[in-house]
Amino acid sequence: MTSLTPRDKDTIKAFMAKASVYAEEIGKDALCRMIAVYPQTKTYFSHWKDVSPTSGHVKKHGITIMNAVADAVSKLDDLKGGLLSLSELHAFTLRVDPANFKILSHNILVVMAILFPEEFTPEVHVSMDKFLAAVALSLAEKYR
Amino acid sequence: MVEWTDKERQAIKKVWDKIDANKDGAEALIRVLIVFPWTKRYFKEFGDLSTNAAIAANAKVSAHGARVLNELDKAVNNLDDIKNTYSKLSVIHSERLHVDPDNFRLLAECITVVVGAKFGASVFTPDIQEAWQKFLSVVVSALGRQYH
Repeated sequence: MTSLTPRDKDTIKAFMAKASVYAEEIGKDALCRMIAVYPQTKTYFSHWKDVSPTSGHVKKHGITIMNAVADAVSKLDDLKGGLLSLSELHAFTLRVDPANFKILSHNILVVMAILFPEEFTPEVHVSMDKFLAAVALSLAEKYR
Repeated sequence: MVEWTDKERQAIKKVWDKIDANKDGAEALIRVLIVFPWTKRYFKEFGDLSTNAAIAANAKVSAHGARVLNELDKAVNNLDDIKNTYSKLSVIHSERLHVDPDNFRLLAECITVVVGAKFGASVFTPDIQEAWQKFLSVVVSALGRQYH
């Protein structure tokens, strides 16, 4: 959709400076909620013994993902370039339908609202939604 | 026919009992207009929506948000026939208001964010979120059903 304005970038950096301390907690909770609320996403994890929302696999994977999202903040000026190898991973190996990026993004936003009810204002919400959409777009870059 | 487990029915009622439709509805609609600014196209008669501050202070926006969220009461009390509960409203949104039904989904997202922020993690657990979002998606579907 739209690219990140300078104001968006400032908002994202400021909010993520607070939120990234909780990256692991956010990641665990977001992935757990994604699997609980959108059970079709479990299809990507059939190789795990336990695909329930509270499983150890889900927690660990949530952490991995959210650490990468937090790291993407440092690549805000060139997300496509910065996420190139992750894009190749998702395109050629994981082959996650990009519609699911939106689903995970929604759950990350819900968890952020839960953890930061005062700070997650509509202004922060729109910039973070744009940020996650930009990350998702960069991840889908190599798909076709 | 949507199937609800007893747990889901309880979860939906639990969430609804804690909601302040006037306040939370206003917040949700304000959030929609700020996060998804193209939705402003439907509210040209509401006056000043030019800045986020103007949107947040706009009495018509708050009143309308309240009105919309209060409407959910019918669905909460009619879980087994949400489809017909909103069939007239669906026709109105299609034929008179000409609202793209994707917007119902956007409002549902913002309602969920507002509810999550208000209730916190111990109340708005993943299971409660699942039931609540399922409920909202049934409402969204009912509102889009009479479009043709």
